[in-house]
Amino acid sequence: MKLHLKFDFNALCRKVLDEKLLEHNIKHKVVGFGEVELLEKLSEDRLQKLSDDLNEYCIEIVENQKSILVQKIKDAITDMVFNDDANINVKASAYLSDALGHSYGYLSNLFSEVTHTSIENFIILQKIEYTKQLIINENLSLTEIAFKLNYSSVAHLSTQFKNTTGITPSAFQRIITKRRELNLNQTN
Amino acid sequence: MQEDYINIILADDDADDRLFFTDAFEELKINTRVKTFNDGVYLMDYLNTENCVLPNVLFLDLNMPRKSGLECLRELKKFDKFNDIAIAIYSTSASEEDIEKTFIMGANIYIKKPNDFKTLKKVLQEVVTINWQYYTNGLNKDNFLLRL
Repeated sequence: MKLHLKFDFNALCRKVLDEKLLEHNIKHKVVGFGEVELLEKLSEDRLQKLSDDLNEYCIEIVENQKSILVQKIKDAITDMVFNDDANINVKASAYLSDALGHSYGYLSNLFSEVTHTSIENFIILQKIEYTKQLIINENLSLTEIAFKLNYSSVAHLSTQFKNTTGITPSAFQRIITKRRELNLNQTN
Repeated sequence: MQEDYINIILADDDADDRLFFTDAFEELKINTRVKTFNDGVYLMDYLNTENCVLPNVLFLDLNMPRKSGLECLRELKKFDKFNDIAIAIYSTSASEEDIEKTFIMGANIYIKKPNDFKTLKKVLQEVVTINWQYYTNGLNKDNFLLRL
């Protein structure tokens, strides 16, 4: 005797996914073919377990390789800017392609595609963030900060600050100080 | 698992400004969802509704009937649940006094309304990308000041 079977692959996959996710107590919505929207945040641990379970059915969670690499670029930049010991004399492009093992051109294109901004802009943004912290928390003068962050001159740092934020470093300091005073007065 | 669009709200009593604003966002590459309100009262009513979707960036016109942008800003800063919203003042005024005052009161961004559509698009694009950087990179929002 022979049985002839007809499969609806789409429905089949949906059903398997649905059951598996229910088993793991994960609130979800199967959006379409190959896409599930999770209605809650999953811990790494739970995600790993789900991934293992799905693997048995030959279902693989595709992690977005691009966004992982972009995150690595960002981490490397933050490290480079905020870590005083990092070799600041190396050019950013050389530093990044060295650290991540891809050509700078590739990294740069990928970065712009995913984040809507360029690596250069991101580095500047991080440097200005660091400058803000140093102004407010450590009370360093702009001259000291320019030296610390390897700017060629105070004027360069000051201009870059103004170009990035639209306000001057001294106006920034004044605003944050006044804002803190205001907040203190309100809570008292 | 990150959301791939940005929620934007604008409160402005000028119908033309609202239209330019939504049009500009439609032409940007970044995915956004834009909602507009005609004045501060409508805006605050919405934001105080339970379970409403809070915007990532809120644009406030300063001069609005019934409730001004300044009054909205003052109210928003009283409640912790609004802490994650980046507040952008969107005004025709560019007086240094207004700018510094709103920053001190807790605004993150000050935009002088541009006179032409092209500049508007450029400005909004910049706001959204920079805000996105703060949002996705855990930068300290208390230090987020931007003037355009």
